[in-house]
This record gives sequence, C-alpha cells and structure tokens, in this order.
Amino acid sequence: MADQRKSCLTGKGVTKEFGFGRTKTVAVDNVDFDFKEGEVISIVGESGSGKTTLAKMLLGLISVTKGDIYFQGEPRDISSQRKRRTYWTQIQAIFQDPFASYNIFNKIDSVLLDCIKMRGGARLPYEQKVEMMTEACSFVNLKFAELTNKYPFELSGGQQQRLMIARIFLLKPKVLIADEPTSMIDACSRATILDMLMSLRNEVGMTPIFITHDIGLAYYVSDTVYIMEKGKFVESGSADDVILRPQQPYTKRLINDVPKIYEEWDLSTV
Amino acid sequence: MLEVRELTTKYITRFKEDIYAVDHVSLKIEEGRSLGIAGESGCGKSTLALSLMGYYFPPLHYTSGDIIIDGTNISGMKADDVRKSILGREIAYIPQAALNALNPTQKIIRFIEDVVKAHDPTVTKDEIYEMARGLFESLGLPAEVLQKYPVELSGGMKQRTVIAISVILRPQVLIADEPSSALDVTSQKMVIKMLRNLMDNGYVKAMIFITHELPLLYNVTDDIMVMYAGQIVEKAPAHEAVFDPLHPYSKGLMGSIIVPEEGLRDVKLAAIPGTPPNLKNPPKGCRFAARCKYVRPECRVQSIQLRELENGRSYRCVIGEDELRELYAREAE
Repeated sequence: MADQRKSCLTGKGVTKEFGFGRTKTVAVDNVDFDFKEGEVISIVGESGSGKTTLAKMLLGLISVTKGDIYFQGEPRDISSQRKRRTYWTQIQAIFQDPFASYNIFNKIDSVLLDCIKMRGGARLPYEQKVEMMTEACSFVNLKFAELTNKYPFELSGGQQQRLMIARIFLLKPKVLIADEPTSMIDACSRATILDMLMSLRNEVGMTPIFITHDIGLAYYVSDTVYIMEKGKFVESGSADDVILRPQQPYTKRLINDVPKIYEEWDLSTV
Repeated sequence: MLEVRELTTKYITRFKEDIYAVDHVSLKIEEGRSLGIAGESGCGKSTLALSLMGYYFPPLHYTSGDIIIDGTNISGMKADDVRKSILGREIAYIPQAALNALNPTQKIIRFIEDVVKAHDPTVTKDEIYEMARGLFESLGLPAEVLQKYPVELSGGMKQRTVIAISVILRPQVLIADEPSSALDVTSQKMVIKMLRNLMDNGYVKAMIFITHELPLLYNVTDDIMVMYAGQIVEKAPAHEAVFDPLHPYSKGLMGSIIVPEEGLRDVKLAAIPGTPPNLKNPPKGCRFAARCKYVRPECRVQSIQLRELENGRSYRCVIGEDELRELYAREAE
C-alpha cells in the first residue's frame, strides 16, 4: 500500500565525498530517503557515521556531490542567495551547541528580530515586534522583559537552547532539523526541551528530524527511525520495529551499548 | 575508607559575595564500594569532587568540615602538601573532558613519567615503562599507545588512557567527574567497563562517579546520592534510588530517564518546572520548595534536616516516608 501522506523531503542517491584521490572519504554514501510530512523522524548513528553531513546537505549548507534532494516533491533549488533564503524560511535547524548559534557581540533580542525580518516583518512597528517576541519567549518559559538587555553568555545552556526554540516558534518552518539538540544539556532539562519541541510541532505543524546518537531519545520521540552506519542507512522503519526488534547487527550493538535500567546491561560485548 | 563530615566550601566572587556550593555534605564510602552523585548542572556535584580532594584554589575556599582518608584528616592541609602527598596517591581525579588535557606534542609515556617522577624522583625511565606497560595491558589497552602522540588516538582511547594514567600510583579513591559524557555510546561502554575493571582488580579501593545520566549510575555504582543546590537531598542504594525515590526532586529526576526499552513510549516524561535557586541567597526553608508539587507552608519556615531511615537511606523532606509513597502512587493514577 502506497503511503498517502505528502512527501516533505526526498532524497535519491544522495552522496557526499570529501577530498580527492587517495584521501577521498565518502561521508554519505548513496542514500535514499522519503520523509513524510508531519511525522517525527530520527537519524541515529555513532560519531563519524555521516549524520551531521547529511543534515548539512539537507539544510543546503554544503553542496551535494551526487544525487538529488526534493523538497515537497519539487527539486530543491538553492542556486542563488535569494532562493536559499526562501528555502531557509521553510527549513530550519537547532544545533548541539546553542552558544555557537549566537553572535556574541549582539544582544539576544537581535536573534529574534532577525527571525521576524526573515518572515517579512521588517517594516512592522516596534511594539508589534516586541509583542511577537514576548509571545515566542513565553512559549518557551522565558521572560522577554528580562532578556532584552542581555548578551548570549549571560544565559545558561538550557536557556540558550530554549531561545533557539523560540526562534523556531517565530519562523514557523515546515521542517526542523534538530542536530543533537539535547546532548549538551543535563538530563532534567532534556525533558523540558523535548516537550517544547513536540508541542511546537503540534502548534506549527512542522516535520522534525532529530539527528542523535541517543537511541533512547530516538525511541521516545520519533515515528520513523533511520539507523546510519558509515554513510549508509542500514535499517529503517517504525520506532517500535527498529528499536525493539532490531534486525541488523549494528543496530543491535547500538542498543546494547546504552545503559539500561529494566534489563541487565551486558558489559562483556566491548 | 573515605569519610566526609559536614563539609562546607564556598566560592567567593569578585564582588566579595559568598556562594556556598557545597553545604554541610556528609558521606562515607567503605572499601570496595562505589558512590554515584547525580543532580542537574550547577547543583554542586563537581565542586564537591574538587572539595573532596582537599585541594583548594581561588575562587573556591574551604569553610568547615572534615575529610578523612584512611584515618588522616586532610581538610586543614596546605595546598602544596595536598598536591605532594594526597593527589595521585590517595585520591585520583578524572575531570570532565580529561581527553583534552593531553598535550599534543608529547608522547603518552611522557605524561606517565611526569606523574611518577613528581612523586618519586628516583625511579628510572625503564622502570616506569615496565610499570606502565603492565598496567595498560591488564586494563586491556595496547602497550603501543605508550609510544603514540595524543592526536593518534581516538576520543574514547584518549579518555581510557587518561584514566589509566590516573591510577598509575594505585590511589585509594578515584573520583570520576562525568568521564564519559563527551563520548558516544560504544566508547562510553568501554570506559565504564574499564572503571568496573579497576574496582574489581583492586587498582582503586573506592570510587566516586559523578554524572547526570541516571541509567549509567544505576549500572555502575552501589549507592546513589542526589544533590540539589549544594545539599544532599537523598542517599540510597542504587536500585532503591531509581525505583523507589523518596525526595520529590529525586522523583522528578527519575521521571526524566530515557532508555530504549519497551514501555518508554507510554510514559510521559516529567520535566521539573522552574530553575534552581540562586545560591547567593538561598531560600530560608527547603531549597526545592519553589519547584515542589507537594510544597507545604512549613517547608518555607526553616531549613530541613536530613532524615535518616533505618535501612541506611536518608532524605531531606518534611513529609514522611510512607506519605510520600502514597502521594506518588496517587499522582501515577
């Protein structure tokens, strides 16, 4: 039975190579995927498996060596700066290190003002902008009035990451790529961040793509899980199928390596 | 083995404000046991680890309390004496991103020579090499690593090398502060296996393991201690701490566990609302009161004492043991 849902991001034979000749490395090796609109997707793999490279290609931050990426069924066109900007109003990202996403010399409201500008609200009166920013901040449990005069380094890691989510709230993209959004955050704030991302998804109706090495997180949030090893998808399917009934040895090993609490954790396999 | 009584240490900021990051902490580790310390960022876990070594440098200052290792009280010692006779021999410390501490221009064996010679200048290089080779091989690390530069090793390998170096003088107590949080799951497992190995083979007699990943603590340590805003809020054997937490904060922490096991998707992750108090002027009563679901008027009046239970557990709350369990059961429904 063919899937009736609309495709949101599709890739055919997507490949990324770095270097030439003897030093050539294939980071992403001829992968095909079809991400449906509205579903929560996770791409899981170890460090160096090529998941971040794939994310960067999806975002259009680096070129694709071979293959095509389709956005909502149409071939993606990011050949000019203007087209890229239009593309980026549709697809956005949150990265591992929130601090790296800020300009350290600008106060943090400039980040949110930029988002309003990207949505075509550059000419709005300032009061209305403040209203929008306040709404976005209250969505992530931050008080805008306390933040306006601060610099990024004055916020804690969790607050910075929440502000990144406020940014997404303002931009309302179709696709959100979350590259290890919680790996620099401690376990208790992790639940908060995930809750926010999921309620944002319901609010805005976007398709989140989680890129992570935390297979527990992938299992918790996602509908479809892709397991990536050495630039290839080795296994994919619904979260229950892949994580509770893994077929590939690589997937089994990944799951086995995560500390468990309900089952015995087998330490003898490394 | 290691006993800490009412240890209090503070940071003095440049505005001369006192911040008590470790507030009247008492703990005791017996030989062959390991203790896990959990808590969110900024709760004083790492400061406690630094304080336990008895090695203070500004802005961290010692205030009061005793640290007793093998019968010697090290709390009043001078920093220099601590460095010469305690660090490395009695207590070894593995900081958070230890793998980044290796100087890229030196071979691994040079670090080991540094450590050994600092404590005993008479040892020759050949003796050190033999010693290191024996240690590395028994810990499952190839001896070739000794002749390599740090850049030639992977992250997990570097971390394991640093751990091996830290136990070369056979310290009594090993303090591991988030030794695996910069690594992916497979390397993390190797690090954990190695730490277990150290304990089993008697390279260290006791271990303190600090992390915010509860499933990890559950698998590594015998006891778990939960810290909140500089204080101990709960201390219990690992199994009970995870499956039967008493303090509302530990209960909240356990609710944030994510494991890839059946049944997780039906559980709603419970985030603890709010943020920890500012330790510059901590609240008068219970420090968790502002975020607690079960807060009562008497919580805010005076500071709460640690309640000792009969089975060696303790927790810091005004509500009784059975009443708390009842509250949690009702919540679950």
